[in-house]
Amino acid sequence: MTVLAEAPAAEEALDGAVKTRKLVIVDYSGELEKTWATMILASTAGAMEMDVTVFVTFWGLQSFVKDRKRITGENWMQKMMSFMQRPGVSHRPLSKMNFMGMGPWMMFKLAKKYNVSKPKELLEMAQALGVNFVPCQMTMDMFGLKREDLIDGMAEPAGAATALQLMTDADSTLFI
Amino acid sequence: MAALDIKLKVDASGLSCPLPIVRTAQAMKTVASGDLVEVIATDPGSVKDFDAWSKSTGNALVEQDAANGKFRFVLRRK
Repeated sequence: MTVLAEAPAAEEALDGAVKTRKLVIVDYSGELEKTWATMILASTAGAMEMDVTVFVTFWGLQSFVKDRKRITGENWMQKMMSFMQRPGVSHRPLSKMNFMGMGPWMMFKLAKKYNVSKPKELLEMAQALGVNFVPCQMTMDMFGLKREDLIDGMAEPAGAATALQLMTDADSTLFI
Repeated sequence: MAALDIKLKVDASGLSCPLPIVRTAQAMKTVASGDLVEVIATDPGSVKDFDAWSKSTGNALVEQDAANGKFRFVLRRK
């Protein structure tokens, strides 16, 4: 067994109180690879005891519709939009090499082979670790999404002013 | 190497990023302050990640070694 490091600084690190850092992620895109990045960073930041808020807007909100929902919306245009792009975190298309769902199917096969967690699992872990997911009210209105269409445990819907206030108050902001 | 009083062992073998860290963070919440948690991981990226996680959270990395593709970390809950 090779000792790589004795970690001498470990005890000192305990002395000074560790500052809680704030991270804001704006989840804008609904594509599989970007949703994956959002979920990996959100769950890890939660594990790192950061104060994490994910502001979920536009296409991003499609990942937060319950997986079992097929058609959402109140009028024919909103219903047509949901018909053309199946909502739910498990039904995200790839931005390239989607091939009518063959691409995502292969990605999930590879993820399983290499023990990589799917976005849905990472989302559940992030929620369990206290990550705050805030849906955008305007997006909900435009797509005709109701609170009951969205996954459980999300925060109260908010708008651009809340998002900007969170971003300017944070140590780091990501727009994904 | 002195025998350590390990309160909880986390086997993160075979798991890819970020699961070793996420599982450790979850396990850490189940032990008391000052308790030691041992993690075994096979993800080579976990060496840097555990160092970053320890610095970020203030949970001390008290011991760390590697053998036969397995990485072992002992962390003390703050």
